[in-house]
Amino acid sequence: MSKVVIVDVGTGNLHSVHKALEHVAPAATVIVTSDPDTVASADHVVFPGQGAIGSWVQALDARGLRAALREAVANKPVLGICLGLQVLYDHSEEDGGTPGLGVLAGSVRSFATAEAGPTAGSMHDPLTGQLLKIPHMGWNQVIQMRAHPLWDGIPADSRFYFVHSYYAASDDRDEVAGETEYGIRFTSAAARDNIFAVQFHPEKSQHSGLRLLKNFVAWDGSSP
Amino acid sequence: MSLAKRIIPCLDVDNGRVVKGVRFVDIRDAGDPVEVARRYDEQGADEITFLDITASSDNRETMVHVVEQVAGEVFIPLTVGGGIRQLEDVHRMLHAGADKVAINTAAVANPEFVREAANHFGSQCIVVAIDAKQVDNGPAPRWEIFTHGGRKPTGLDAVAWAKQMTDFGAGELLLTSMDRDGTREGFDLALTRTICDGVTIPVIASGGVGNLDHLVDGIRDGHADAVLAASIFHFGEYTVQEAKQRMAQAGIEVRL
Repeated sequence: MSKVVIVDVGTGNLHSVHKALEHVAPAATVIVTSDPDTVASADHVVFPGQGAIGSWVQALDARGLRAALREAVANKPVLGICLGLQVLYDHSEEDGGTPGLGVLAGSVRSFATAEAGPTAGSMHDPLTGQLLKIPHMGWNQVIQMRAHPLWDGIPADSRFYFVHSYYAASDDRDEVAGETEYGIRFTSAAARDNIFAVQFHPEKSQHSGLRLLKNFVAWDGSSP
Repeated sequence: MSLAKRIIPCLDVDNGRVVKGVRFVDIRDAGDPVEVARRYDEQGADEITFLDITASSDNRETMVHVVEQVAGEVFIPLTVGGGIRQLEDVHRMLHAGADKVAINTAAVANPEFVREAANHFGSQCIVVAIDAKQVDNGPAPRWEIFTHGGRKPTGLDAVAWAKQMTDFGAGELLLTSMDRDGTREGFDLALTRTICDGVTIPVIASGGVGNLDHLVDGIRDGHADAVLAASIFHFGEYTVQEAKQRMAQAGIEVRL
């Protein structure tokens, strides 16, 4: 029976992810852990994250989880959620510049910088003309950029729940599995080999989110 | 293609029971917050907010169990307000499965609490609830913050307070007009628009919704990012689905 391990770096609420995975995979064993050995023993690894990336990476190292995470992304199905997507990139602008794990090519940028930068003037709410609010919070559409087992049964342009102030800008188009528009068009889902990562919260995205989690637990890690 | 405006049903919970007369015809126990939350989820609610109106702090533990149960079967964002006074309260609710907490009185009593909570748990889970009342009816209206159900003035200017709470790290504001709350006359649109245009974070409009057009007004004219209502959904007059259809007809982007 499949063993699904949720990596706990101690910075967020993992209750919802845990419950949602149990809900979609009643036959699987779902464990929340900060023990590297338990992560190593998993069939599927989920790493959710929230809060600030700098303290998240520090907490990861304080718990000795970096090596376990590296090993997981090298050889088993891995799902990153929210900060768990952002940390896979080379670098983040957050917290004065934070190096990521460098698993995916690209960088993580602030919506606030985008608003003030070259795209200034385009970051407005189409209905009210207001500047777009930050954080990007609520249900937005995900454009599926390529076929993937984790999109199985999820209609094109389905809405998922987002809450974030930084977004991923991919350097490798092949790694972009989904895109979302909020003033700019950013990578809301990334995929490479046995890794899938999403900026939104599948555990809070009702039917579509639960389907994605179910697809993940059923996934053998092979990419199309 | 853009971010949907949100519809958020609110449940007032007293000692673990939904109050204010829920009248779903086909629900076994209309006082059970779990059943009511499940129903709103089925109707397409974008989030659900629980307001704990329990007077006694001894009974607050009950709310934790409610949140735990709901979070185990309803997979949309959950916000809990009422009695959030210290970091431990925030921690307990988040750990039980809440995604956000709404801080009201404690923010007025000690604004630094909002900063601490945002630093500790992240802005994404800190909602500051603002109860505002108009104090100047002249050509340039002003609103002030009131506590204790609108009875106690604080002297705080609502716009300045909304900006301060944004600066202190609130991720979202829940704005209630105490003049309109319970009247079913619609949102105070001038207040809503003034606050929504004055801050950089999302604002949920609340207080006064009596029909579906009021929800449309709150988004279109009030510039709110989300609208919250209690009684129009509780009494079974309208479903959340109907509210969304009305908003979609008005050209507002919603999750259908």
